[in-house]
Amino acid sequence: MDILETLRTLISDSGFAGFFVEEGYKNLIMILISFLLLYLGIVKKFEPLLLVGIAFGCLLVNVSNFFSGGASSPDALYHPELWDEFLNHDSEFYHSYGNIMANGGLLDILYIGVKSGLYPSLIFLGVGAMTDFGPLLSNPKSLLLGAAAQMGVFLAFFGAVCLGFTGEEAASIGIIGGADGPTAIFLTTRLAPHLLGPIAIAAYSYMALIPMIQPPLMKLLTTEKERQVVMEQNRTVSKTEKIIFPVLVAVFVILLLPSTAPLVGCLMLGNLWKECGVTERLSDTVQNALMNIVTVFLGISVGATTVASRFLSLETLKIVCLGLIAFCFSTIGGLLVGKLMYKLSGGKINPLIGSAGVSAVPMAARVSQIEGQKANPKNFLLMHAMGPNVAGVIGSAIAAGFLLAVFK
Amino acid sequence: MNIADAGITAIFGYLVVFSGLLILMIVISAMGSYFKSREKEVTDTAEPVQKKQSPNKIPKLKKVNKPVAKGSAGRVKLYDVSDKEAAMIMAIVADTMQKPINELHFISIKEVK
Repeated sequence: MDILETLRTLISDSGFAGFFVEEGYKNLIMILISFLLLYLGIVKKFEPLLLVGIAFGCLLVNVSNFFSGGASSPDALYHPELWDEFLNHDSEFYHSYGNIMANGGLLDILYIGVKSGLYPSLIFLGVGAMTDFGPLLSNPKSLLLGAAAQMGVFLAFFGAVCLGFTGEEAASIGIIGGADGPTAIFLTTRLAPHLLGPIAIAAYSYMALIPMIQPPLMKLLTTEKERQVVMEQNRTVSKTEKIIFPVLVAVFVILLLPSTAPLVGCLMLGNLWKECGVTERLSDTVQNALMNIVTVFLGISVGATTVASRFLSLETLKIVCLGLIAFCFSTIGGLLVGKLMYKLSGGKINPLIGSAGVSAVPMAARVSQIEGQKANPKNFLLMHAMGPNVAGVIGSAIAAGFLLAVFK
Repeated sequence: MNIADAGITAIFGYLVVFSGLLILMIVISAMGSYFKSREKEVTDTAEPVQKKQSPNKIPKLKKVNKPVAKGSAGRVKLYDVSDKEAAMIMAIVADTMQKPINELHFISIKEVK
């Protein structure tokens, strides 16, 4: 046995040798980015349930790119070239999940749930089971705030087209402004799957940064007097109303925009299980066990799409900037309609609840509560802000459905 | 897609979201009004029946002075808050303050209307 030759083979086969081949440095940068994301998730607690998984997926996929043979190595966890073939109309493996199952790594197989739209829909099932639509039912005007807060989606879409993105890419970037992670992932996998990594990371990072992004805009656009408004208590909503609501919304929204059926259908089914009172076991399962399982798969497989060769580009930087613009303008849209409602109601509505129209449940509502209480310690806006907050979930699903209908 | 088309799509999309949620608002408001009126009808019919059945004043329930738990600082006065809600509020306060609940003294819990 030639010990030297064996050692040379071991070294050349090891991932460390990959550091020095062309573009190896890009994977190193991505590994450092994954460390940063892990830090943000674990230490700073930025959406940790998803960000830790995304960061680790990013780490795994970029480490596996150092294997001999790189991303196309049979040992690699994620194979972007298989997904390129999957999306290529001229390839014999166009839309062939069989090819992915036969030749893919662990993360390729997990990614099938993202690509097929399964995970975002299941997350919505859990979100529906955890959401109380009571505040929205007691104050239906909240829906207008949820609609207004989709302004950022369409402004960012327009901005992205101006910056040279295609319509499909621009639509996927714009939906970051909906502040709804599963919706952003759902739309992006359908319209611009190659942008999934940066869009998902931008969406979840900005959602975590809501307590920093929104307050300056809230102070800028509202007066001290407006922020001090104490709102009247909402009426109590009957159980029957809460049961009829998910059925009504599912029928209405799906008929309006059939492409929203997977998201809205699951959201409302989850909510019906919660409210009907005879399916407590199912409601409990989707809220906890199923939600956690899907979060595990979703995080790690979204992280897998952050392959260095595709993630480290000027496009990612543009997406990050456009995402921030989308978030800010969604907040501004909600606040402006909130101010309009304040005027029309004769000062009975606190415009701060408008900013909660971006979905990000319940973070955005909490920010409204905190800012309202800073202006007036006797102010309790949380339940009033939950109305626009859950309306934002429906609003962003409708916005995604519209964009899907236009570009699919 | 050119910029003009993008502008039209953006405006049209925003209008679709707005009008969709506006229609939904109208439907939910109508449903809410129906349930409110039904609730009112039920309370209106229930009141005279109650008066018929008990023309005299309803006797007040006797307050039962249950013994206070060992180590407790006394009773919490609850105003328009159920025991379950009060327990939840106390747990939330303890969690927010990062203090064990047995080290906190609650005097009263009142629902702000």
